[in-house]
Amino acid sequence: MPLLYVPIAILILYSFNDSQLVSVWSHFSTRWYGELFKNAQMREAAWLSFSIATISATASTVLGTAAAFALRSMRPSPGRSLFEGLLMVPLILPEVLTGLAMLLLFVFLGEAIGWPRTRGTATIAIAHITFGMAYAAVLIRARLSQQDPVLEEAAADLGATPWRIFWRVSLPLLAPALIAAWLLAFTLSLDDVVISSFVTGPGASTLPIVVLSSVRLGVSPQINALASLLVLFVAVLMIAATLVLRSSSRQKHG
Amino acid sequence: MSPKSLSGSRNIRAFTLGLPLGWLILLAFLPCLIVLAISLVEARIGTPPYEPLFTKGSGLLPRINATADNYIRLVTDPLYLDAFLSSIRIAAISSLLTLLLAYPMAYAIARAKKTTRALLLMLVILPFWTSFLIRVYAWTGLLNSNGLINNALVKLGLIAEPLPLLHTDFAVHLGIVYSYLPFMVLPIYAVLEQLDWTLIEAAEDLGASPLKAFWRITLPLSLPGIVAGLLLVFIPAVGEFIIPDLLGGPDTLMVGHLLWTEFFNNHDWPMASALAIALLVLVLTPAMIVYHLRRRGEAAS
Repeated sequence: MPLLYVPIAILILYSFNDSQLVSVWSHFSTRWYGELFKNAQMREAAWLSFSIATISATASTVLGTAAAFALRSMRPSPGRSLFEGLLMVPLILPEVLTGLAMLLLFVFLGEAIGWPRTRGTATIAIAHITFGMAYAAVLIRARLSQQDPVLEEAAADLGATPWRIFWRVSLPLLAPALIAAWLLAFTLSLDDVVISSFVTGPGASTLPIVVLSSVRLGVSPQINALASLLVLFVAVLMIAATLVLRSSSRQKHG
Repeated sequence: MSPKSLSGSRNIRAFTLGLPLGWLILLAFLPCLIVLAISLVEARIGTPPYEPLFTKGSGLLPRINATADNYIRLVTDPLYLDAFLSSIRIAAISSLLTLLLAYPMAYAIARAKKTTRALLLMLVILPFWTSFLIRVYAWTGLLNSNGLINNALVKLGLIAEPLPLLHTDFAVHLGIVYSYLPFMVLPIYAVLEQLDWTLIEAAEDLGASPLKAFWRITLPLSLPGIVAGLLLVFIPAVGEFIIPDLLGGPDTLMVGHLLWTEFFNNHDWPMASALAIALLVLVLTPAMIVYHLRRRGEAAS
């Protein structure tokens, strides 16, 4: 199982290699990190990617939560199955198909209603929200199905309005699933290159788009440095989330 | 009070159902219809680079400019047919290889002590959270003709010349197995974890060899997990773009990659759309078959 980590470990190791030749080790240096931080195109792309990921993760979590609650309140019916199926669409479709379909929609809307006039940040975010909400809904539904309705029933018996129950009881109980869903949507958005490539426009190059175009030309030491930073970032995020979730569950049980 | 009456309040219901449903209809269902429409028109030079499906007709009804040309090309031009066959072959072989690797892993995790199980599962899932693009890219540095694997083999004197590893079908299979391994381990583990191990003990008490007990009991009972895992690997693999793009060679033909080329290099949006519809059928067919088999199985039992 540690073998799963070998490719990434070697990538990180070689990001500290001074040599221009990626596979020949010369000596330890942080030269490529320095060049990476000086690269204005990379900085812009990073800023764009993180903004899009933050927006789309937040919207994905809201929509995914809404979908999970809607499904819980619906009785089995053809309409419910249809909604469930629709929610699966973004999970099953190949990325190239989703990307093409989204782009054609934006072109169609641009002609029909004049929006979007140009493609870029907004269209990428909308595309990311669409698959993000589907993943978020899976996680939140799983948690919601395990949740004991007795607390919500008690709140209702004590006279709380449905909105109040939703905000004060249902949502706080769901917090771990909401955090997990947000993180998943965030990392998926941060990583997406195929769909973004289709729906982007002039000037809006996200980090993965820049990475892909430079990687297609071959291995580059600057990309190794960037990849190492991204891996580190996600690892820190995951560990932090795990610790937060663990301490909150301990409070509840202890 | 039941959850149903909890959401009985109309505005909560309107919010929780209306918002995601509207979003999905507009951004998941409608786009697929548009792809279908564009697959039925001819390409042209201009913006947008395709002929309109509807134009003003002589009477009240619009004229429909539909053509099956793109689909006829799809089945007559060997390039497209080869791409489909080769995608299916690559995805099927990779799924089976993933199964061979994942089954022992899932088995080992399911039989491990409860305390180590969570850690082992975490080790399998964790790479899934790091960037897919980076995980695939990491292999290019290893498989290069002057990459780590070739350098090591030459130094050890096992080979005289570097092996062509990168930009081959071999690298594509390797990339798929590596990237989608957790998708196979998890469903198989889920089934094995629920397995009633006393059945195997009973079989062995009755004189079955461990191998026979595995073959006749464990394996058949883990079939649902195996089928789910095969689907979860085959479906994304068959339409994969990044893996053939970075690890595949000029001869590697895959539909997802071809669609990308038709769109970005040849600017043939209608042909790309026809490929997308064919890919959709290819992805949905195995999912539907399994869905119906499972339904029938549930109905029978």
